Amino acid sequence: MKCCLIVDDSKVVRMVARKILEALQFEILEAGDGQQAMQACEQTMPDAILLDWNMPVMNGIDFLRQLRQHAGGDRPVVIFCTTENDMAHIQEALGAGANEYIMKPFDSDILESKFAQVGLL
Amino acid sequence: MTPDDFQKLATLLKSQSGLVLGPDKSYLAESRLTPVARNWGFPDAKALIRALVRREGKGGDSKLLLEVVEAMTTNESFFFRDQRPFDQLRDVILPSLLTSRGTNKRLRIWSAACSSGQEPYSIAMILNDMQHKLRDWRIEIIATDLSRPILHRATEGRYTQFEVQRGLPVTLLAKYFTQDGDQWRISEQLRRMVTFKVHNLLDGPGTLGRFDIVYCRNVLIYFDQATKGKVLEGIAANLADDGFLTLGGAETVLGVTDKFKMVDGQRGLYARADGTATALKGAPGAAGQTGRVGAA
Ligand SMILES: C[S@@+](CC[C@H](N)C(=O)[O-])C[C@H]1O[C@@H](n2cnc3c(N)ncnc32)[C@H](O)[C@@H]1O
Repeated sequence: MKCCLIVDDSKVVRMVARKILEALQFEILEAGDGQQAMQACEQTMPDAILLDWNMPVMNGIDFLRQLRQHAGGDRPVVIFCTTENDMAHIQEALGAGANEYIMKPFDSDILESKFAQVGLL
Repeated sequence: MTPDDFQKLATLLKSQSGLVLGPDKSYLAESRLTPVARNWGFPDAKALIRALVRREGKGGDSKLLLEVVEAMTTNESFFFRDQRPFDQLRDVILPSLLTSRGTNKRLRIWSAACSSGQEPYSIAMILNDMQHKLRDWRIEIIATDLSRPILHRATEGRYTQFEVQRGLPVTLLAKYFTQDGDQWRISEQLRRMVTFKVHNLLDGPGTLGRFDIVYCRNVLIYFDQATKGKVLEGIAANLADDGFLTLGGAETVLGVTDKFKMVDGQRGLYARADGTATALKGAPGAAGQTGRVGAA
């Protein structure tokens, strides 16, 4: 079973994403900000990370930059999932090492299609 | 609308477009035709159908009829739909044709029933990404559909945030699209690669010329066996000897026509039964994993 870490400060978003991804046979871990996510990755590197951008304590892009520097941090497939929906943010995310990008609002079709594209399904 | 109105609509629709309306589609017809009825000043869909039938007796109202047919089409589409047909284009179809056409260096591609354009633009993205191998080739992409409003959308090349997230890798979004308000517009470079034309598949490809590659996907499913056969035979007659045909995931030539044969190990891909097309040795087959479009 593949493991996906869902990083979002909204409990509701985490719950919705968890439901969809559990149905796609993922084991789910959750974090409410970038710092919690970093701690989770230090314990076990997940196969995939679904990552919000704007969060308290540490935002998504700072977390991603740190992760990619970290030993083994090049391995997880990182998919941004954010309300930031402009090209500048997309370019910045790709530059920081994101593999895919979902613009909120999302639904199960989009989530499934993106996870398939990056070879996770 | 009464079952009799519905039956009359179904008969007109089938004769004009090949589309078969199942008996359970009365509600669908009602909801799709109500806006057309309002536009034309009829109180409801029933009145619209009755007027259409009356006018049919007097030579017909082709403008109204066309709008009714357009309203009854299902236009769902997405970029790189099902992925495999586009991997096959890059890994099987083009390598084969690049070899057999090495001297004249021309290719004509037809996206039949292209809907809002995601299919021909996906093809254009693949060709553009293979530029280095296609440098002095002349490649035409002709994309056709029966519906004028959907072709207008396709020509404009504007898509919603939802549409650009289904099937399209973000790297290709970043490479080929610009943001335009809350829509995303495909680059002029790609728009210029595709020629859109109104065309009814029932008329056969005759006026469109001969093709080397035909994508006819997710439209035959709406036709009955006889219409499927007629359309496929028209395509076969206008397909080059070494050409290829790609059908949708739920479509097949089996039991419909013997003018095509399946390409070995390539699901959904066909060549003319009397033709010369083959998948080159070493092409990624059913057993092998094909690469992904847009992957590094
Ligand atoms: C579901 S879409 C398929 C789009 C695209 N090929 C794909 O696979 O995503 C079907 C399209 O077929 C078109 N269509 C239906 N009957 C047709 C006909 N007789 N001639 C040409 N186009 C037709 C409809 O207008 C619609 O846009």
